[in-house]
Amino acid sequence: MVLVKTRNLLKCYPMGLRTLTALRKINLEFQRGEFCGLIGPSGSGKTTLLNIIGSLDVPSQGSVTVLDKKIEELSHVEAARLRRNHIGFIFQTYNLLPLYTAYENVEFPLLLIDMPEAKRKKKVMDALDWLGIADKAESRPAQLSGGESQRVAVARAIVKLPDLVLADEPTANLDAENSFNILEMMVKLNQELNTTFIFATHDEKVIRYLRRKIHLVDGQVVKDEIVN
Amino acid sequence: MLALRLAYRNVVGKGLRTWLNVAVLSLAYVLIIWHQGMFIGMLRYGSRAMIDYEVGGGQYWHRSYDPLDILSHDDAHGRIPAELSELISQGKATPILIRQAAIYPEGRLHSVLLKGIDHSQTVLKIPSHHLKNDKEALPVLIGKRMAKSLAMGIDDYITIRWRDAKGTFDALEARIVAIMDTPATGVDKGQLWVPLEALQKMVQLENEATLIVVGRNVLSIKDLPEWKFKEPDFLMRDIIEMVRGKRVGAAILYAVLLFLAMLAIFDTQVLAIFNRRKEIGTLMALGMSRGSVILLFTLEGAMNGILAIAVGAIYGIPLLVFTAQRGISLPEVTEEFGFAIPPKLFPFYSVGLIVGTVFIVSLTVTIVSFLPTRRILKMKPTDALRGKMS
Ligand SMILES: Nc1ncnc2c1ncn2[C@@H]1O[C@H](COP(=O)(O)OP(=O)(O)OP(=O)(O)O)[C@@H](O)[C@H]1O
Ligand SMILES: [Mg+2]
Repeated sequence: MVLVKTRNLLKCYPMGLRTLTALRKINLEFQRGEFCGLIGPSGSGKTTLLNIIGSLDVPSQGSVTVLDKKIEELSHVEAARLRRNHIGFIFQTYNLLPLYTAYENVEFPLLLIDMPEAKRKKKVMDALDWLGIADKAESRPAQLSGGESQRVAVARAIVKLPDLVLADEPTANLDAENSFNILEMMVKLNQELNTTFIFATHDEKVIRYLRRKIHLVDGQVVKDEIVN
Repeated sequence: MLALRLAYRNVVGKGLRTWLNVAVLSLAYVLIIWHQGMFIGMLRYGSRAMIDYEVGGGQYWHRSYDPLDILSHDDAHGRIPAELSELISQGKATPILIRQAAIYPEGRLHSVLLKGIDHSQTVLKIPSHHLKNDKEALPVLIGKRMAKSLAMGIDDYITIRWRDAKGTFDALEARIVAIMDTPATGVDKGQLWVPLEALQKMVQLENEATLIVVGRNVLSIKDLPEWKFKEPDFLMRDIIEMVRGKRVGAAILYAVLLFLAMLAIFDTQVLAIFNRRKEIGTLMALGMSRGSVILLFTLEGAMNGILAIAVGAIYGIPLLVFTAQRGISLPEVTEEFGFAIPPKLFPFYSVGLIVGTVFIVSLTVTIVSFLPTRRILKMKPTDALRGKMS
């Protein structure tokens, strides 16, 4: 089943008088349950593509369909609803809400979808358990290590069991051991729940785990390889 | 509900900055209510005194009576109308005759008003019963301010000179029989109260009056051809206007105070939106719409106002209750206000005052909290996530 599909996707940014083309002629399809990554040097357009798939941005030309919705046609409210219900984000810098505890951070996406309290509590604890940080539930982000923070961020991204998880350089700030742990968990999630993962990375540690590698150079797909 | 919960969490999480804003705001609430309560208390006291001693339930004025034109007083008199005689005999109205006169304490001439009042009346609180024991001299009742300015006391004699209805001068010795302690300056300064019948005889205006005060519980009031009825609100317009003027003047102080509080909140908001743009991006990525983020930040600001109500209540309610029960002592100089000022002022805090103040302050806080959030409308989630302002 096709989850994401891009058709002649073009993304430009105005740069003074000229325009900078960050993505050009991207034609990709992502199936449900994929564990794949956008790979490429800095500035190749990985984040840009991930953001458009995640409905945080819109294409300049062409079309992007996510879960049968055309990103370029969504209103702000509809895009927010799509993210709220179906997409989980993981960022390089964790982006935890600073005033909230780990528990509250993970609970947040469930509050947004109005999940009843009892069910919510169980889901949050399950996710924290899953990532091995249940004992940090009451800690605030400032009290967490990088690895712990990213695990909270992963828990927050997956707690609502989204169809799609978009992870932008999730290991860039982590050491080898923490990267390994996080990736092992994501692989497990992918296998057990069939959650689709799309990474943007140039980290070898991540690339090793990918089952599909999409190479971007200067905003163009230069290679799309399936690994077995 | 969710936004409210999140907003509360964020505001309390902000710590000192929040509490500073809350402190200033709570001061605004308490000060405005307390200060306005004093003015309302003053107005209530002043008008109560005027109603009790002077205004009653309104007055019928003889058509040529003009209290501001003293020279006209001697022409302003007429027969007490038959329509009112029943009310008067029932004790529900009382006629007053006003004449100009001169007195000579210590040989100096003073212009005064002679006011004739029925000694048995109970329409006004003026202690006219003192005027009853009519022995050898004309009994006179004066107020304490008048007594002070004349430097005279009970049983002192004064010479009164007046003109009768035909313009002939006449004079007699009068004796001060009582000094009344009244908060109403309007029945005190420059006035001598004498028995109505005696005054009518002195000026040869049998059965005539200048005005007729109606009791407070008289309902059926109709205009008479020679007599115009004046409502209590009209009779008290000076004090009402004066207090209103003072309340408006005080509003400038509140405006400054509120302006400071609003500046602090506005500043906090602008700073928060700038500092937390990455958080705003994250909230959007998590699926909050821009509208919800704006609502969240607006509520965070507005929460200052709500917390300030709570904090203000903690120290404000005891203060307000204490002053309302014990009253506030006012310095002597306030006598110069021109209307009755109590030695101890009891502020009055009406529900309208409290609700109105809380409403206006909260509304201002909310508006000021909302204004900076419009920046969020222009923010792109991708830029916000990168910590950029778009
Ligand atoms: N908001 C923007 N305005 C202007 N140019 C932008 C914007 N966002 C990205 N770009 C440009 O688009 C190009 C692709 O950027 P993008 O962030 O997608 O690269 P990336 O592959 O994620 O790089 P990195 O590995 O450094 O994160 C870059 O040249 C970048 O400068
Ligand atoms: Mg990037």
